[in-house]
Amino acid sequence: MQISVRRIDKTAIVEVAGDIDLSSSPEVRKILLRELRESRTPRVILNMERVKYIDSSGVASLVEGLKASRDAGSRLLLFGLSPIAREVLQLSRLLKIFEIYENEQQALRA
Amino acid sequence: MVVDREDGIIASGQADLLLKLEFFSNPELLYVVRAAMERLTERMGFSERECRSVTRAVDEALTNIIRHAYGGHLNQLIVVTCYRTSKKATPETGQALEIVLQDQGEPADPAKMRGRSLDEIKPGGLGLHYIRESMDFVEFSNAGGTNQLRLVRCLRPESTAQGS
Repeated sequence: MQISVRRIDKTAIVEVAGDIDLSSSPEVRKILLRELRESRTPRVILNMERVKYIDSSGVASLVEGLKASRDAGSRLLLFGLSPIAREVLQLSRLLKIFEIYENEQQALRA
Repeated sequence: MVVDREDGIIASGQADLLLKLEFFSNPELLYVVRAAMERLTERMGFSERECRSVTRAVDEALTNIIRHAYGGHLNQLIVVTCYRTSKKATPETGQALEIVLQDQGEPADPAKMRGRSLDEIKPGGLGLHYIRESMDFVEFSNAGGTNQLRLVRCLRPESTAQGS
């Protein structure tokens, strides 16, 4: 898995490519929490267009990020979810908990 | 290989070995097992969605073994064996995929094998829920220091109609 962060004004866009599983989810968690807790970034957008697979540990990292954003009064948004990612969030009854958009433009406008 | 048994789940008592994987408890190997399970379920004729579902169940079960049974140690042995079985519950196709996962780690606490309620939004505890949602039969046992998780997914007529 590869992960990087780019910035547009006060928004951090976290780009993830590959599988988010037991071996890689700690890195996703670390980046999200760094942005939300330490950097206090007002808006963090996670680009999941190139995420081919996400397991329960990956979902747990997203939930932790969501909780951190709520605690900090900031926002965590997702876009580009694959059918696999949608299925997993649906199974966890989390699909409606997250702010989910089709693409980056929509997420930036939200 | 043919295994004879009569346990209420396997009606005809036949199980043909399809695949056996032995590997260490390194999370980086999960990708390899997922790839094998995706191809195997496709080959058996499960639909695309079912292939993802079964692969997810096996991946989550392995994650639990690595994290909980082996406490994150990377060099412990895990064995995954897949059989094509005959199952009474699916007379139309008469086929099911049975996956047996074995490890020699700490036995799981049966009280914690039920998964948590999804009403509360919190990280963790979702793996078991995914496994139970994905499989028709889930059985955990421990004998002689070996933990065994048995997962069965039936091949339904609509699966084969949709193809892979």
